[in-house]
Amino acid sequence: MSNKNTEKIIEWLLRLSALVTVLTTIGIIWVLLSESVSFFQQVSIIEFLTDTQWTPLYKDKHFGIMPLVSGTLLTTFIAVSVALPLGLVIAIYLSEYAPKKFRKTVKPLLEILAAVPTVVYGFFALMVVTPFLQTIIPNLSGFNALSAGIVMGIMIIPFVTSFSEDALQAVPKSLKHGAFALGSTRLQTSFRVMVPAASSGIVVSVILAFSRAIGETMIVAIAAGQQPRLTANPLVPIETITTYIVQVSLGDVPHGSLEYKTIFAAGMTLFVFTFILNNISFWIRKKFREKYD
Amino acid sequence: MDNHILESKSVNVYYDDMHALKNISMKVEANSVTALIGPSGCGKSTFLRVFNRMNDYIEAFRMDGEVLMEGKNIYHKKMQVDELRKSIGMVFQKPNPFPKSIFENVAYGLKIQGIKDKEFIQNRVEKSLQQAALWDEVKSDLNKSALALSGGQQQRLCIARALAVEPRVLLMDEPTSALDPISTAKVEELINELKQNYTIVIVTHNMQQASRLSDYTAFFYMGDLIEFGKTEEIFRNPKVERTQNYITGRFG
Repeated sequence: MSNKNTEKIIEWLLRLSALVTVLTTIGIIWVLLSESVSFFQQVSIIEFLTDTQWTPLYKDKHFGIMPLVSGTLLTTFIAVSVALPLGLVIAIYLSEYAPKKFRKTVKPLLEILAAVPTVVYGFFALMVVTPFLQTIIPNLSGFNALSAGIVMGIMIIPFVTSFSEDALQAVPKSLKHGAFALGSTRLQTSFRVMVPAASSGIVVSVILAFSRAIGETMIVAIAAGQQPRLTANPLVPIETITTYIVQVSLGDVPHGSLEYKTIFAAGMTLFVFTFILNNISFWIRKKFREKYD
Repeated sequence: MDNHILESKSVNVYYDDMHALKNISMKVEANSVTALIGPSGCGKSTFLRVFNRMNDYIEAFRMDGEVLMEGKNIYHKKMQVDELRKSIGMVFQKPNPFPKSIFENVAYGLKIQGIKDKEFIQNRVEKSLQQAALWDEVKSDLNKSALALSGGQQQRLCIARALAVEPRVLLMDEPTSALDPISTAKVEELINELKQNYTIVIVTHNMQQASRLSDYTAFFYMGDLIEFGKTEEIFRNPKVERTQNYITGRFG
């Protein structure tokens, strides 16, 4: 076989592998769309968005997605309020204070946090964090958004730290030296020059963390309960979109029924959320990245 | 010269095993311009950075000897480096404005000192921009991002930023090497005016610039201070042959 033909074959193989991922994505969107369309032929989109109850598996059926959305957003906000300050402080420490060697050992260690199976986190939330929190907040339910959110926050710390640290490292050294030469302390240099200069990267890290938290399933399924409830109270059981999908997929709902189709409508909602977030982060990265040279 | 503000006494600098500065003793006269010249890698930039301790951030950096500012050893354990740098400003080779507005760039040094008086800051920003001959070009859009300025304007902004905290000494590390001839002329003019009130130490590769601007010149070669004296004398009749060869362009 000639060299030229080998080149051609390799080129086609590479193209094929790229195509697999694209086709998979298209396939997922297609299934979500077609099943959702058939769902919305039976349930009006207005009911879906405005009804305050989600009880498709009961006799008195209500198809309001808002309780699931509120549960999802509640756990997500708790997670991000844990992960953002901690993750950012760790990133600033690693990037601006820690000796190089320390950074090189600690950063991979921190990333192990992201590699712990989420089911482990789920049980940690249920068996350790909730009982501990109950000693402080006596009326905390056994299943609740708070401990699931906190543990989810711990899980996404490495996301925030890793991306933020990269963003801080990408700020030209000349800015740091400029700040030092004007008599800034390390703290002033970090917070007045480095963090603002890396802000676009930091915002992107937070959005990706959001998107990760919204899609997280195991922790909330185990520790947050399975009760769709339109509430902002983190102390009671709630249900997230992802938990609901798990609940139905594992149950005995007949294929093709309306109850079965609800998971595609819920999945579509989830997809819209993460799709929007990922696009915002992509846009921010492109638009606000400071160009220094 | 007894009116000196900076003095190095037997300063040796090492980067790991590399002996970058060898036993340098030199005095810098107050309210004058001192030029440090020499071929690349001769140690002149390292020597400049010895005065505001900017070498401290290089991991392999080691130093012995003493560096005095107005008689005080700036390498003393009790020396507060951030305080020192408020009286010794620096302008870098490449303009390095912060990604903030023009106003915020110049006000930065004041704000980190905890100064909150808005009127005071405003006046000082205007004064510094005027000193740096940039005021007329930017006065109508002080809130514009500093990164939108041209390279020459950015460098003058960095000079204004350094002047805003009213340092006694201004260290300049090849401040015009990244600039076009017109911007270079402006910055040189500026240096000439600034020496009334400031002590300036400037590293330059440009022989004409050194002879035009400076009152004193120090010639470095391979980490040694080969010759130091009044600029006129160094350029007119250098005592060492190597200096002569360098300033006449025979090597370098």
